[in-house]
Amino acid sequence: MTLTDAPPASRTEPAVRKRPVRKRLVPYWLLIPGIIWLLVFFALPMVYQASTSVQTGSLEDGFRVTWHFRTYLDALTGYYPQFIRSLLYAGTATGLCLLLGYPLSYLIAFKAGRWRNLVLILVIAPFFTSFLIRTLAWKTILADGGPVVGVLNTLHILDVTSWLGWTEGSRVLATPMAVVCGLTYNFLPFMILPLYTSLERIDGRLHEAAGDLYATPATTFRKVTFPLSMPGVVSGTLLTFIPAAGDYVNAELLGSTDTKMVGSVIQSQFLRVLDYPTAAALSFILMAVVLIMVTVYIRRAGTEDLV
Amino acid sequence: MLSHSLRRLRRHLVTAAGLFTLAYLILPNIVVMWFSFNKPKGRFNITWQKFSLDAWKDPCGVADMCGSLSLSLQIAVWATIGSTVLGTMIAFALVRYRFRARGAINSLIFLPMAMPEVVMAASLLTLFLNMGAQLGFWTILIAHIMFCLSFVVTAVKARVMSMDPRLEEAARDLYAGPVQTFLRVTLPIAAPGIAAGALLAFALSFDDFIITNFNAGSTVTFPMYVWGSAQRGTPVQINVIGTTMFVIAVLVVLGGQLVSSRRKNSTSH
Repeated sequence: MTLTDAPPASRTEPAVRKRPVRKRLVPYWLLIPGIIWLLVFFALPMVYQASTSVQTGSLEDGFRVTWHFRTYLDALTGYYPQFIRSLLYAGTATGLCLLLGYPLSYLIAFKAGRWRNLVLILVIAPFFTSFLIRTLAWKTILADGGPVVGVLNTLHILDVTSWLGWTEGSRVLATPMAVVCGLTYNFLPFMILPLYTSLERIDGRLHEAAGDLYATPATTFRKVTFPLSMPGVVSGTLLTFIPAAGDYVNAELLGSTDTKMVGSVIQSQFLRVLDYPTAAALSFILMAVVLIMVTVYIRRAGTEDLV
Repeated sequence: MLSHSLRRLRRHLVTAAGLFTLAYLILPNIVVMWFSFNKPKGRFNITWQKFSLDAWKDPCGVADMCGSLSLSLQIAVWATIGSTVLGTMIAFALVRYRFRARGAINSLIFLPMAMPEVVMAASLLTLFLNMGAQLGFWTILIAHIMFCLSFVVTAVKARVMSMDPRLEEAARDLYAGPVQTFLRVTLPIAAPGIAAGALLAFALSFDDFIITNFNAGSTVTFPMYVWGSAQRGTPVQINVIGTTMFVIAVLVVLGGQLVSSRRKNSTSH
């Protein structure tokens, strides 16, 4: 699969050494500019953030590294509701994305036929209208007295969801349900595309073979299709969960002060309160939590190669 | 009778669920389009009032909006160029050569995609604050090239990996020099992957809000303008721009499809 520029014969040590130095340096010249960019503007900032999180001081007197780890504890005790809410909302949105995205990916991969490209375009195209404009459109869709609220009210669904605490009375906007709806909507394409890619790779003859062996469609799905689509499920889940956990746009535009997520806190601590150590600590905790959850998830789901 | 219709229902359940999801995805775009013909009362364009073409006749009629739009376009173009050049180079190095530190470099490429955006945004801001950099156009551009890079690498890598190395060997056998082989054989074959990466980078940069919000200072890009308008009042012109972007995107993608299917047809004859 992967290629080397050297013919197989030159794999042995002496032959490799014979290759001109100039040529052996080619990959490094190709890599250096981009890698330096990532080291300086991605890796180094993480180091700066780590150092900021253990500083104390004020904006007027300046901040100094004092190894004040209390900031982490204070940030956790002060903002754990927002943390839990972020993980809860992101988790729910990811589950909904999988539930909604799977049938559509399946449809595109196996049933769309000559409509396949059109449906794919319809999945990708909404991407190109600024996501903020589309999120604002949800305000119109979910507005009080609008059609969505009307239908949910008539079906008495809002009574149930209000009892569960997802909505309030006959409102959807400014409730957890609106935020989760926005998150699900915004990250759905990130679920559909990897799912579609892995479903499309499945050989249709496997379905026929399962049918020949008297498997019902449900069994075929459970034993053949779903396991083979696992790489797509795993990368789709990660691509929706990670950005959703750090998102604050949906919570701010569609939610209320009771639905604030940890991203909002980091943003306001950094840009409004200017309490850099707390903001950096919060951001580090979020990163650690997400990385730990992702690692555990990948271990359990058993797919190591993602990209 | 009942079991028969149940079976039919089950057969069409997947299709119905899929179409429901598709409708869910497209609904906001239809609302954006529909409300671009609204004549709103008050500052917010959220409830339907009256049909009007005012906003379409005067798309730049609101202060600062088109300025922010052109700034976003400029940043997106430069970010696309920067990340596509750097990313393509990295992708070629990773696929074509074996060298030490390959694993480490692969993780360095993967990490920005696996990091919540706020974390990247906030850490970059601490760097700029510590360096005393002036926040604005350049800091936005630096940030955008940084987060688009990984996506370009992934897109180009996928294409270069599926290339048949025998095509390049054939070119060399026909006495093409390394430069000629690269320009006449390698680059044209890799072009769709590079184009996909560039398109992705453009879309990501143009639409980015979170990272820009942290590193823009007082500079206002189009997403930041929209964000601000959610508090101040949303002019109908925002919907006009949103609709135009959607239509252009559909046309570009359809055009790309047409070109690639033509090419496929012409090679098969």
